[in-house]
Amino acid sequence: MPRVSVFVTCIVDQMFPKVGMAMVEVLERIGYDVDFPEEQTCCGQPAFNTGYREEARKVARHFLKVFRDAEYIVVPSGSCTSMIAHQYRELFAKEPEWLEATNAIEPRIWEFSKFLLEVAKVEDVGARLERVVTFHDSCHGLRGLGIKEGPRRLLSRVRGLTLREMDAAEECCGFGGTFSVKFPEISGGMARTKIDSILRTGAELVVGIDVSCLLQIRGALSRAGSTIGTMHLAEVLAHR
Amino acid sequence: MQKKDDLLSRIRAALGRSVGQPPAPLPPPRLRIPEMSVEARIERFFKNLENLAGKTLLASSLEEARCYVAQLIGEQPAVASNAPLLRECGITDLPTVRSGFACESDLRAACASAAFGITSADYALADTGTLVLFSSPEEARMVSLLPPVHVAVVPRGRILTGLDELLTEVPLPADRSSSMLFITGPSRTADIEQILVRGVHGPGEIHVIVV
Amino acid sequence: MTGAPENQIRNTLENQHLQTAIYTATGRLMSHRRAVVSPEVLPDFQELRTQANLIKKHTIENLDYYLEQFASNVAARGGKVIWARDGAAVVDFLAKLAKEKNVRLIVKAKSMTSEEIELNDRLGRHGLEPVETDLGEYIVQLAHERPYHIVAPALHKTRYEVADLFTERLGVERETEIERQTKIARSVLREKFLSAGIGISGANFLVADSGAIVLVTNEGNARMATTLPRIHVAIAGIEKVIPRAQDLAVFLKLLGRSATGQPLTVYTSFLSGPRRENEIDGPDEFYVVLLDNGRTRLLADRYKRESLYCIRCGACLNHCPVYRKVGGHNYPWVYSGPIGKIITPQYLGVTHDPWLPFASSLCGACEEVCPVKIRIPRLLLKLRSEVVKAKMRDPQSRLERLGFRVWAWVMCRPKLYEMLGAMGSAVFGNGEAWLRRAPGLMNYGPVKAWFSQRDLAPMPARSFRQMWRARRKAAQD
Ligand code: SF4
Repeated sequence: MPRVSVFVTCIVDQMFPKVGMAMVEVLERIGYDVDFPEEQTCCGQPAFNTGYREEARKVARHFLKVFRDAEYIVVPSGSCTSMIAHQYRELFAKEPEWLEATNAIEPRIWEFSKFLLEVAKVEDVGARLERVVTFHDSCHGLRGLGIKEGPRRLLSRVRGLTLREMDAAEECCGFGGTFSVKFPEISGGMARTKIDSILRTGAELVVGIDVSCLLQIRGALSRAGSTIGTMHLAEVLAHR
Repeated sequence: MQKKDDLLSRIRAALGRSVGQPPAPLPPPRLRIPEMSVEARIERFFKNLENLAGKTLLASSLEEARCYVAQLIGEQPAVASNAPLLRECGITDLPTVRSGFACESDLRAACASAAFGITSADYALADTGTLVLFSSPEEARMVSLLPPVHVAVVPRGRILTGLDELLTEVPLPADRSSSMLFITGPSRTADIEQILVRGVHGPGEIHVIVV
Repeated sequence: MTGAPENQIRNTLENQHLQTAIYTATGRLMSHRRAVVSPEVLPDFQELRTQANLIKKHTIENLDYYLEQFASNVAARGGKVIWARDGAAVVDFLAKLAKEKNVRLIVKAKSMTSEEIELNDRLGRHGLEPVETDLGEYIVQLAHERPYHIVAPALHKTRYEVADLFTERLGVERETEIERQTKIARSVLREKFLSAGIGISGANFLVADSGAIVLVTNEGNARMATTLPRIHVAIAGIEKVIPRAQDLAVFLKLLGRSATGQPLTVYTSFLSGPRRENEIDGPDEFYVVLLDNGRTRLLADRYKRESLYCIRCGACLNHCPVYRKVGGHNYPWVYSGPIGKIITPQYLGVTHDPWLPFASSLCGACEEVCPVKIRIPRLLLKLRSEVVKAKMRDPQSRLERLGFRVWAWVMCRPKLYEMLGAMGSAVFGNGEAWLRRAPGLMNYGPVKAWFSQRDLAPMPARSFRQMWRARRKAAQD
């Protein structure tokens, strides 16, 4: 059986464990032997994005050590994947040894939906979910990794599911890591613009590939008194 | 001189370059010229100009061009540039058309009160619906600028596919004139509430006759 | 964030009128742009961007060479180049010129570079009367404001505000119809054009092989300002140079499309020197002021020098979700939006407005649309790290730094990380209100900030790794 390692990300580990479990379930269902290296923590993005590069480097080195031997690393996040695939080079521009480790790991790191389509080459994972959903394009997945049609293709194979596009699918939800608490009002305003667009679709559920965006969207929906829920793509695909 | 050297030496210091150091090889220009028949060029040019609310006419004779202009301007004052084509059409002979200006102040006074400015054009660009005018003894800048309506008469052989072809034909416009001007439709603004208004400072109306 | 004009930002966010104005105006510019850059209508759009980026990179990296070439070509056509270190040098030159030529009235075509050096105010102090002639610029000049947007300076003004302004400043009867307002401006400004002694313009491009400047406008005001007055002075940042006239085939295609969704702006003037001997009209004197004003400092920074590629199209503003909320006047300098965020700290110093590079969700929409491919988010991240370094000693930053140190330390120790996570849920429990149970936590800055806008998802009872182990164990048993 082919083997994959999952990097679930710290936020999934601590706040959305079900997303991680769903991803594992889907991967196993399509025939992978899944490994969870228990030494894993975080990719370092919070520090990097806030300007603390030395701190980010420490965490990044830890990541590189943990996953050094993994054949495939599958991640339920466009943002963390993009951090590792693109920003580590920046972090280690002056550390050849770690730069090499980064270059070695980069082709093996896969965002979950991209892995399904490009490595496993499956579109139909046998999911069923009878709901009307709308899909939010996460910025780093969309612009950093070119993830646009892939998740929609996967969703189109989910039995019972109807996708209704929102007009502002590509607009940022306003999360932005520490931005959300450094500039809460701007961030909140962005979230409200986003949910207006979501509400216009009449969908019952917002689906995305990054739990951080979903955290923001769900929080804003709940604050607005809406009952619309959020679900990670992995959870949708695991559902039967 | 001092200031020039100061600034240049600050730049060189910033770039780590030395005086007289030649630049790295410059990437070649990117110019793509599509194949297009004259008919297709005219059609394209007209379509693009009409999309910008420009009026167009394909005249089968110089006479037809003259008639169009005569009808358009009626009794109102107009200024025509010194382009020979306008004379050949007989446009300069129309009763309310003044032409032949060689002096800036006379031209300015005439243009400031004219209802129409009539010019030729050196080229037209099919791709964008653009007129290209080089300033010269035949073509002053003001005629297409001050009057509220601009009328241009363009020979059909002068319609190029677009900017790329123009800059291939005229790689160094400055060798030809102190001013090369592109006019793409009537003057417009959307500065208040994004509402489109035509004719702010330049002409609010443009007519192009291809002969 | 500390230092940010929070109250002012809140006012903008709470002003429904303004919010709608900004959102619809930028939205319209976005959709106009989208319509003309789609692969169906412009299949080589991405190639054009790549070429524009290459040319800019090349020119900036050999800037001294191209400026010298430009200057010698201007001189060969009878024009004059003025090399200005800063705004004061520009003002000096203009004041002297005006005095020498006995000019008081100056007409100006839109130029962000002149806004950058506050040219109007400074010329005013020399007894000169500079008049903006772009309709939007004219409105903000009458209102004594800064442009709200690089290409749409009066984006924030409603027709009613314009009506009041015209009545108050021009003494005309109140007119709320936009078409008529435009007519009023046209006739007032027409007078000015016909009597001004000097026309000042910016320059969208300086063309080295021609000694020419290129100006694009829709209204025709730049044509007026460079045709009617006897003297034309163009003021341009040194970064505006491009090598060849032929490169315009790339840049002009990108500029109009990115800015307003026009395949070509209505008027494009390619001007080299004063009128030639046999030409009938045009200025007798032609000056180009090349302005440094801090640009050489940017140039020295290899990493960030690409900020100088900007052609001021404004697309990044229109597509920026932050600009679309806060508008143009909450940025500390004349350049707003994403481009403002990366160049302001470089011109004014990173500690001048340390909050600025942080006011971004790093969504990347700006980079995606930038016609010259400036990697704005990358530069923001770099600037953030520079702010953090520069503010190392500041007490609040020290706390934050300590926080990240501890965090990194924990993240490199998986056992400890797991223990702390488990402790968290043991202490606070799980479910909706876990934070509320912790005394004082709700008043802790970031937590409070989060809850000021939205709710938090319920905390799970177990972490992923606990679930994973339990599952493994169950499978083995
Ligand atoms: S940074 Fe790019 S998108 Fe923004 S104004 Fe400059 S050229 Fe346009």
